[in-house]
Amino acid sequence: MSGYQSDRRGPFTHAAVSVSRTMLTVVAALIPATLFNGWLFGWPAIFLFAVTVGACLAVEAGCLALQGKPVRPALNDGSALVTGWLLAMTLPPWAPWWIGALGAVFAICLAKHLYGGLGQNVFNPAMVARVALLVSFPVVMTAFVAPAPLFSAGAPGFLQSLHITFGAGYSLDSISAASALGFVKTELSRGVPVTQSINQIPDLFDMMTGYRPGSMGETAGWLILPGGLYLLWRRIISWHIPVMLTGTLFAVASLFHLIDPDRYSSGLFHLVSGATLLGAFFIATDYVTSPVSKPGQLVYGFGCGLLIWVIRSFAGYPEGMAFAVLLMNGMTPLIDHHFRPRTFGRTRKGEPLPVPVKRTP
Amino acid sequence: MLMAVGSLAAIGATLGAVLGVASRYLAVEGNPLEAELLDLLPGSQCGQCGFVGCGPAAAALAKSQAPVTLCRPGGKAVAEKLAKKLGVSVDLSGHRDEEHAVALINEDLCIGCLRCANECSSDAIVGGPKQMHTVIADHCHGCRHCFEICPTEAIAMHRVPVTVHDWHWHKPKSARRH
Amino acid sequence: MKVFPVQGGVHLEYRKELTRDLAIEIMPAQRMLCVPLHQHVGAAAEPVVQSGQPVKKGQLLAAAVYGTLSAPIHAPTSGHVVDIINSLAPHPSGLTQKTILLRSDGKDTWGELPAPLEDPFSATSKEINSRVAAAGIVGLGGAAFPSAVKLNLRSGHTLDMLLLNGAECEPYLTCDDRVMQEHAAEVIDGARIMAHALQTDCIRVAIEENKPQAIKIMGEAGAPFGITVVPVPVRYPMGSAHHLVKAVTGRETPAHGRTASVGVLVHNVGTARAIHHAIRFGRPLISRVITISGGAMNRGLNIEVPLGTLVSDLIAHCGGFKDGRMPHRIISGGPMMGHALPGLDVPVVKGTCGILALTAEETNEQPAGPCIRCGACVSACPSGLVPLEMAAYIIHENLEAAGRSGVGDCISCGSCSYICPSHIPLMHYFEYANGRLRAQERERRKYEQIKQLAEARRARLERIALAKSEAAARKAKPAPTPTADTPDLKASA
Repeated sequence: MSGYQSDRRGPFTHAAVSVSRTMLTVVAALIPATLFNGWLFGWPAIFLFAVTVGACLAVEAGCLALQGKPVRPALNDGSALVTGWLLAMTLPPWAPWWIGALGAVFAICLAKHLYGGLGQNVFNPAMVARVALLVSFPVVMTAFVAPAPLFSAGAPGFLQSLHITFGAGYSLDSISAASALGFVKTELSRGVPVTQSINQIPDLFDMMTGYRPGSMGETAGWLILPGGLYLLWRRIISWHIPVMLTGTLFAVASLFHLIDPDRYSSGLFHLVSGATLLGAFFIATDYVTSPVSKPGQLVYGFGCGLLIWVIRSFAGYPEGMAFAVLLMNGMTPLIDHHFRPRTFGRTRKGEPLPVPVKRTP
Repeated sequence: MLMAVGSLAAIGATLGAVLGVASRYLAVEGNPLEAELLDLLPGSQCGQCGFVGCGPAAAALAKSQAPVTLCRPGGKAVAEKLAKKLGVSVDLSGHRDEEHAVALINEDLCIGCLRCANECSSDAIVGGPKQMHTVIADHCHGCRHCFEICPTEAIAMHRVPVTVHDWHWHKPKSARRH
Repeated sequence: MKVFPVQGGVHLEYRKELTRDLAIEIMPAQRMLCVPLHQHVGAAAEPVVQSGQPVKKGQLLAAAVYGTLSAPIHAPTSGHVVDIINSLAPHPSGLTQKTILLRSDGKDTWGELPAPLEDPFSATSKEINSRVAAAGIVGLGGAAFPSAVKLNLRSGHTLDMLLLNGAECEPYLTCDDRVMQEHAAEVIDGARIMAHALQTDCIRVAIEENKPQAIKIMGEAGAPFGITVVPVPVRYPMGSAHHLVKAVTGRETPAHGRTASVGVLVHNVGTARAIHHAIRFGRPLISRVITISGGAMNRGLNIEVPLGTLVSDLIAHCGGFKDGRMPHRIISGGPMMGHALPGLDVPVVKGTCGILALTAEETNEQPAGPCIRCGACVSACPSGLVPLEMAAYIIHENLEAAGRSGVGDCISCGSCSYICPSHIPLMHYFEYANGRLRAQERERRKYEQIKQLAEARRARLERIALAKSEAAARKAKPAPTPTADTPDLKASA
């Protein structure tokens, strides 16, 4: 009698989960907001979106091929698609094509593959790309446009849109509009208190419905929020980071708004403006760059929320989501090290639990 | 100008004095590294590395005159520890631990000369003059000295077979990474 | 009844409906039985029979090694011993082990059995324990730890509860469920005998909520004796003794300790039934109930099998594989913690609780991808470990760091591997690391001993040299510098 050695330790059953399924679920959750904003900002936004996602996939394939790694399985896992998608959603909708292409190189090549590929990167690739673009091309990256829905009177036509995205571009002065956060910040620097400037921007309802200037995919809170809830329901993400992030941001902003309403915007304004919702549900929750334990995720969410408010209120940039997430990404290994679950049968310090001396029945 | 020269000279003199005093009063006898390396070696004095025992081997390691892979019975585990202690990097991916073998005496051939018993560094061979000898397998570290010295070739090295109880899982094939 | 929360765990696809409603069948002894000498934790039993010797059913074939952890082996049927050979073990290594080949005479005649205990409840703990030990009873939940040794733990610990483990949290397996439904009275009686030996009167039966029939029947059978059933939530690995005790009593067993240290002894329901047979009828453990299931089997069933029956015979008895095709995997035990069998010519042993023939769709094996740090394994780990971190250390052969981050606390439940979206064989990594760490520890202990021997020898040789030189010095007494080399030797020593 002879036998062969088993090649595999169990389990011999597996949950119906995979990386590509996870990534595609994230994409599905993003689709409603993406479609809405594609309509809201018209053809140029659609072109830029296509260029960005396409470039991300191309750069991913190129990086893998250069390293001599199999291209197809990695492309199929959908991680580059999600990175490209999220990057596109954080770009100004009428930005020229090379912004998307360059962003793809920053995100996939520099922020991901130079660190060792999927799962090895310390910083969120989409946010690295956004910040790198913002720092390198501040004018283009802050040139937001007022909504001009497809087929509406003021919207550019197909050919004109091609010219905007791929051609010489457009005159920034003629169409640019400030985002709500940017407007409040500029006004504040001119000495206009928040209580006055807030009246000149779209009200909270418009902010939520998305009918406002902003990045390509961040404006429609009413579509991003259900997308996030869908991810929660599918257990792709847990509540810890989004709730802690938005909760901290709201609490801190509200507190300071109470103290000095002329200087600080309200908590609700912070929640619906900028990329708060998109960031809380889709960006800060990136698996690779956020802590793995639940307590760690709470700390991380708290840090993100606090930093967003600090950057928005005190720093030179009107929006702080990308910076906050990147800063907390850097903290993730430290958080992971200090906030680990307690081992069964051991104290927090790792010593075995003391044996009870005497038990009474 | 003078101020700067003076203060730098003063700092230099003070630190120099501190170092001088320290070298005098805080001097360490012998090389502590050697003792630490000796702790990592098996300590069976088998001599398979070519040194007389673990002590000289540790001394040679401390002076970088011997490779960290010198210890045969210690295998990969000891090599890893030595490399870590010495702060050198060593590629052990191709290193295969030799299968552990123990000496076994063929009772028909043994003439009871006691040469093997005298050679054994861990007293693993018992027997009297003109009496048959035997090896206590648990005490044998497989140095092959007895095997080489036996005049009648009565000693053979037998590898210790893996049983169901000390078998353990191999390492899974590495994950796809990109 | 209040159930305490337990961290981690996963929800599995249970697939128990394949065999849940099938009554236990009895399998007749086959022509040839392979009875390994080592079916338990501890030392292998030593054979007391010789080739050619006729044996009766229940006769002692191999005795427990005296003074160490061990258990005796008995003849599952009558016939004669063909040989004692090295035969393939039901173990993933594909290695062999000492096995008694027994040819059945087809008569299945019982040998002389020890007389049943008249009234177990007036017997001493020692009497009961020695009966249990002599019957070769080991934990039938899969661990195969000698039960008598566990019952003896009373001497070192204050026990206040006997917890019967009827959780059966592994998918597919339904043998404990059926035993509880069909033999509730025997299980309860066995539990009462154990509780008497332990001198505790608190008996609880923990059953996962997905077995309502068993909960009802066991509740009714236990009620007259004050035995209560605790329905526990369906969450793998609820059947792990430490976690079950935590769920039922809220007490947490210290790391590397036994549940007895928190006052609870856990026994499988099948073990309780075996003890009932041993005490009431004097029957040793020679058969057990197992589940045969899986999508690749023609039909699944719950069946009481003589120990030593070959898996190939068992599968033939069930009508073979579906469509005559070889299944993707043949597993001994449950799909989570069980092992792939090295072949079909291996026997059913005391620790076998199921034989599963699984299709590729059921096992869903995929090549491993890179870790995306999703943290699913961290949430799933019932031991509160960080599997992804330990695996990263092990991949880079940093076993020391893996040990520091707790790989030794892993209970090998497989929850992390099950839930991993990248299909990383986490449990396999941990078993590899633990195996190597244990081997290193064994090696270290051995060399520690050899080091002492080598030092003792060196000291002895020096003493002899010293004595010789002193003797030489004494002989040459009147010489002018007689003591010159003696202090030197001392200094060098």
